[in-house]
Amino acid sequence: MALSSAFPAAHGAPDAGERRRRRQLIAGAIVLAVLIALPHGTSDVYFQNVLVLTLMYAALSQAWNILGGYCGQISLGHALYFGLGGYVSTILFTQWGVPPMIGMLPGGILAALLALLVGWPCFRLSGHYYAIATLVIAETGLLLFLNWDWVGGALGIYVPFKTESWITFQFRTSKLPYYYAMLGFAAVLWLVSFWIENAKWGFYWRAVKDNAVAAQSLGVRIFRTKMAAAAISAFFTGVGGAFYAQFVAYIDPDSTMSTQLSILIALPAVLGGIGTLWGPLVGAAVLIPATEISRSYLGGSGSGIDLIFYGALIMLVATLKPEGLSGILGFRRRRPEPLAREGEATSATP
Amino acid sequence: MTAQALAQVVASGLLIGMVYALIAAGLSLIFGLMDVVNFAHGEFLMTAMYATFGIFVLTAIDPLFQLPLIAAFLFVIGVVVYRVLITRALSVKVNSGMVQIFTTFGLAIFIRGLAQFIWTPDYRSIRGTLLSDKTVSVLGVYLPLPQLAASIVCVLAFLGLYLLIEKTDFGRALEATREDSEAVALIGVDRHRIFAMGWGIGAATVGVAGAMLATFYYIHPGVGATFALIAYVTVALGGFGSLGGALVAGIVIGLVEALTAVIIPPSLKQLGIYGLYLLVLFIRPRGLFGTL
Repeated sequence: MALSSAFPAAHGAPDAGERRRRRQLIAGAIVLAVLIALPHGTSDVYFQNVLVLTLMYAALSQAWNILGGYCGQISLGHALYFGLGGYVSTILFTQWGVPPMIGMLPGGILAALLALLVGWPCFRLSGHYYAIATLVIAETGLLLFLNWDWVGGALGIYVPFKTESWITFQFRTSKLPYYYAMLGFAAVLWLVSFWIENAKWGFYWRAVKDNAVAAQSLGVRIFRTKMAAAAISAFFTGVGGAFYAQFVAYIDPDSTMSTQLSILIALPAVLGGIGTLWGPLVGAAVLIPATEISRSYLGGSGSGIDLIFYGALIMLVATLKPEGLSGILGFRRRRPEPLAREGEATSATP
Repeated sequence: MTAQALAQVVASGLLIGMVYALIAAGLSLIFGLMDVVNFAHGEFLMTAMYATFGIFVLTAIDPLFQLPLIAAFLFVIGVVVYRVLITRALSVKVNSGMVQIFTTFGLAIFIRGLAQFIWTPDYRSIRGTLLSDKTVSVLGVYLPLPQLAASIVCVLAFLGLYLLIEKTDFGRALEATREDSEAVALIGVDRHRIFAMGWGIGAATVGVAGAMLATFYYIHPGVGATFALIAYVTVALGGFGSLGGALVAGIVIGLVEALTAVIIPPSLKQLGIYGLYLLVLFIRPRGLFGTL
């Protein structure tokens, strides 16, 4: 793919990109307003719970998308960062009374450091090798936490209820504060992605994804670029883990570090549109309610129907609509020109 | 530890190592041929295990005699997956990296769901086969017959695979397609046929391993994931696309796993092979025999 596709502004009129970004901001504001109003339509706790999870996966997937989408490094081990962030904030809270609102920062920072440590050997690998390495490393982390008694081993840690406040991030009477916290988290990640799309780093990442050799010849330092994407992506994933641990008031290795969760973090972006601004949100809005509803009404997760549904959906979207579902809704980043050109070129030369 | 106990550990490591080698061989074959990692490889294994279990329960045919049937069944699955799914995934131009990984990952989840739907998540095991609960003693080392048989069958299958690739016209076509899939079209080789055969053979080999594993290992929908992870480590250690590498690495992994289980608690036994993988990753990312 031509490097120029990473610079959409170079193709259209210079102000076309600016106008598109303004439209996206307006769309973002409208979506935000709708989401602020949404939970007031119901007091159903189950429904609110689904909404919280949907926003959380949208945010996590948007964080994954920074590395997997914009930079093109498919990580299958993001649950490791999620779990680590959750454990750090939970242990800080239960052992030393550090409030989770503060504890989530060291959680995110440690996750980012771990991502750098993982990236150091792994970013010498490309494509599938990288994906496999992240898979094995996350599994190693899971194994260690399962056998580490100080952090509760396989049993995990229950988060004791202290006081109902934003500092402890504990609310007993209503789910709404969690909803608005997740909404804020998702909004921050949307804004970060929005900023990345037009920032220097964002162009570097997409250049590395599209054609690493060409990017390097233009002076992009590939290794450093990937490391930056990994650190930012892992930081927000770790913060998400801290949120989640407080939300469910419990953390254990199997529910926060498994490969299954790593996939679930990546899926909304893949389904909605990998490397796009709206993809993770659209993907999560489709996937999470569908999963939760099928789990509650189609005979539970034990029957395997939810897995069949998932698997089929992933295969269908990956092969038939690889640009993601958000393309259908017209949210797609404009880039057909260089693609069409490349398509012609490859079909012309045998 | 006495020499006797050490010999016992080494023997069991060697036996399971041969099985790991064959599982990795199928993965490596497909990867070497067309640069695609099959993330559903473990689920192929799981399918073979359930198929063996199902046939044994229904007809009481011993797993040993089911081998040709299971291999053929998995061969068909491999070919169908290539024709229906992989050709589509490879023709996608947008986000090709993501498409290749998630297409087979989606397949893995789909097969796992299907297995759970048909068989429930319960653990199953095959009892009462010809070899069940029998052991032989060689120089004071006890070898359970099912494990021994699995190991021998896997070595034979590995040998067959090696001969097929090195000594036959088909093997030469496979090798040529691996070198340059565009050029072989000029001399009349249909590369889609070769690719499909590659998937069929890769699936059949893992099918043989699965059928043998089913005689002494618990069968459940998630069983493939464990073995797939070991297969990735094996292939990464031996070098992607290298068949000889898969054999050596499989045995090394089997030994390391068996020895780790002695030194540290058995619940951590995979730590040894994951550690080995990380070591390879740092020191020699292309693996022992790889040409990355």
